[in-house]
Amino acid sequence: MHNSPNSLAFNDGWQYAPAPESTDHISLEKQFDLFIGGKFVAPEEGRYFETINPATEEQIASVGLATQTDVDRAVKAARKAFAGPWSKMKAAERGKYIYRIARMLQERSREFAVIESLDGGKPIRESRDIDIPLAAAHFFYYAGWADKLEYAFPGRNVAALGVAGQIIPWNFPLLMAAWKIAPALACGNTVVLKPAESTPLTALKLAEIVQEAGLPPGVVNIVTGAGETGAAIVNHADVDKVAFTGSTEVGRIIQRALAGTSKKYTLELGGKAANIIFADAAIDQAVEGIVNGIFFNQGHVCCAGSRLFVQESAVDEVVRKLKDRMETLIIGDPLDKNTDIGAINSAGQLETIESYLSLGREEGAEMYQSSCAVPERGYWCRPTIFTGVSQSNRIVQEEIFGPVLAIQTFRTLEEGLSKANNTPYGLSGGVWTDKGAKIFKMTQKLRAGVVWANTFNKFDPTSPFGGYKESGVGREGGLHGLDAYLKLEAR
Amino acid sequence: MATAADRVPVAKTYKIYIDGKFPRTESGRYFALEDDDGATIANICRGSRKDFRNAVVAARNAFGGWSGTSAYLRGQILYRIAEMLEGRQEQFVAELVQQGLSKRKARNETEAAIDRLIYFAGWSDKYQQVFSSVNPVSSSHFNFSVLESTGVVSIIAPDESGLLGLVSNVAPAIVGGNTVVVLASEKLPLCAISFAEVLHSSDVPGGVVNILTGYRAELTGQFSSHMDVNAVIYCDADAEIAASIQQQAADNIKRVIARVDVDWNKTSAQHPYLIRDTQEVKTTWHPIGS
Repeated sequence: MHNSPNSLAFNDGWQYAPAPESTDHISLEKQFDLFIGGKFVAPEEGRYFETINPATEEQIASVGLATQTDVDRAVKAARKAFAGPWSKMKAAERGKYIYRIARMLQERSREFAVIESLDGGKPIRESRDIDIPLAAAHFFYYAGWADKLEYAFPGRNVAALGVAGQIIPWNFPLLMAAWKIAPALACGNTVVLKPAESTPLTALKLAEIVQEAGLPPGVVNIVTGAGETGAAIVNHADVDKVAFTGSTEVGRIIQRALAGTSKKYTLELGGKAANIIFADAAIDQAVEGIVNGIFFNQGHVCCAGSRLFVQESAVDEVVRKLKDRMETLIIGDPLDKNTDIGAINSAGQLETIESYLSLGREEGAEMYQSSCAVPERGYWCRPTIFTGVSQSNRIVQEEIFGPVLAIQTFRTLEEGLSKANNTPYGLSGGVWTDKGAKIFKMTQKLRAGVVWANTFNKFDPTSPFGGYKESGVGREGGLHGLDAYLKLEAR
Repeated sequence: MATAADRVPVAKTYKIYIDGKFPRTESGRYFALEDDDGATIANICRGSRKDFRNAVVAARNAFGGWSGTSAYLRGQILYRIAEMLEGRQEQFVAELVQQGLSKRKARNETEAAIDRLIYFAGWSDKYQQVFSSVNPVSSSHFNFSVLESTGVVSIIAPDESGLLGLVSNVAPAIVGGNTVVVLASEKLPLCAISFAEVLHSSDVPGGVVNILTGYRAELTGQFSSHMDVNAVIYCDADAEIAASIQQQAADNIKRVIARVDVDWNKTSAQHPYLIRDTQEVKTTWHPIGS
């Protein structure tokens, strides 16, 4: 499809043969129990819920629904492990268990990648090259901290908190489990983790690894369920720490629920990141950055670059090239190695995204979607951009969590900056320019916890991640991520 | 009746401090501060919600400039505050004595407040080096994390330590580039306003520190719920009030910092983690390549 005389033709000249990743090496039980005290145990009330493949709408497995009683059992198991073997163990030995998890994850990485893509709909290229390797790297990084914690906080003694209750989202299921579990264990805590109800499988497979790695029973407990299960964890009297990643709306509820308790908490919440393109940027690279910023993982990314700001003199070129590039994106089977954009994670999320697409048009913005074919079954959303939007539009202010980009322009650096900072969120941001001084001016003035200059959506276990303002409290990753799981006391 | 030779002393009007100015409370209300014998020492402004809002606006306006000043300059300004306080020691000792402290305790508190300012002045260009990091990411990027000020911080200052408690909470917040709105001790409010005069003559830009006096029961809710305040510090709330502060703070995911049961007289009550409490970690990535 040609958008302008200068556009590039890809799809009519290049046909990709299907290249699906094989699934015959995957073993998935039909039914998963809860992982409590080192064993898989049936939920007390015997209820299970289905997890489906969002690309086919077919059921993959049924998963135990943890009630308050089950959460209580899990917390008790975690408390027992904390009071017993885990606290008594030498820190270096604790670290070796975490190293084991990292190694076993690496060994089984392809299996995990396939399950991640089946359960969550993300392209295999991403689960294979990003999610799973990063999860393993996270365990490897924090394993080494276990016996070095006294060097992390000058002038302070450090101590574990106890039992950590952890609730994670569906956009990076295994990676978020790693972000939560690895530092918690390295700091000497035990955990009760709840994966998201639409993507529980890789966390349960991780439980198998925890079991095989021989961790003392109860150090890691995995309970599955939806909001009620999460609330039972947050409100449990014997939990010392709550770590949550999810929406700002739920984060607020959790912060309120924890008022009046002595529980420590970290919240990784929503975002509406600005991705700012100056006219002097390397435009082709910037266009790649825009695509990576908003279409990576179907836009199910809290730090997605969902607000694009282009310097006025470059906007025509950027939008033209962006449309051309969108036209080359392949949407479809998450297990196909050629797929760029996989399935939307759930029917509910697709509905949310579609309601924003209608809203954007009602607000008077102009919508453009690429023309690629989408499969008949499953949940899909074509890459979408909106132009002609204003600061007050809801599609500019609210987190959509889908492949939907709102494009605005600016003339001066100050205007770009003030528009970019005009949001209650402050998780991440991006700047594209070839001028070093301008980069630092912008990265200093953007009120956000992670800023990518001439790149976007990069992650690493050594690199702290977390938000300003309503995007959350606390950091995960790196040395700074240890703080979330330790008591600091005067020496 | 005083004779012609006697001089009538001039009593001071204690006003609040907003945006580098000393207005009376917009509400026109006051409460009488009394000594142990029930005699009025001074009429104190009973600050209102509107005063607080005005102070937040001033603090927000001052934030961009103050957070952008160099660490060296912030250090010098804190040092300057200490210099000004040193020169006015006698006034602070007298006020503390008026409010019931012994002469010795009053002197100790004043000296400790001066020394605490010097302590935090010295941290201005050092805490960043202690708490920041260069992160060895495995991809080809230069990646580093630095601290940046959280923003506008509301401080409900300790009720039992009118000068030292106030200074111990304001200094670490502003040395880190935040701007603050402080609720002074309700019991011991005199020094807070005199300290505002010290700030006023110390090159602290207007709006960086705003100080209100008033009833805690009336103002605590405003301090914890305002949507343009990024962090709230409280120093001696009972369990119920602490819970309500935490709850209201959730409206805009404020950072909540509790500093209860701290003996501000001890040197262990001064450390750079007090600065870090109102800092955000920012991580920046840039590719390494050509």
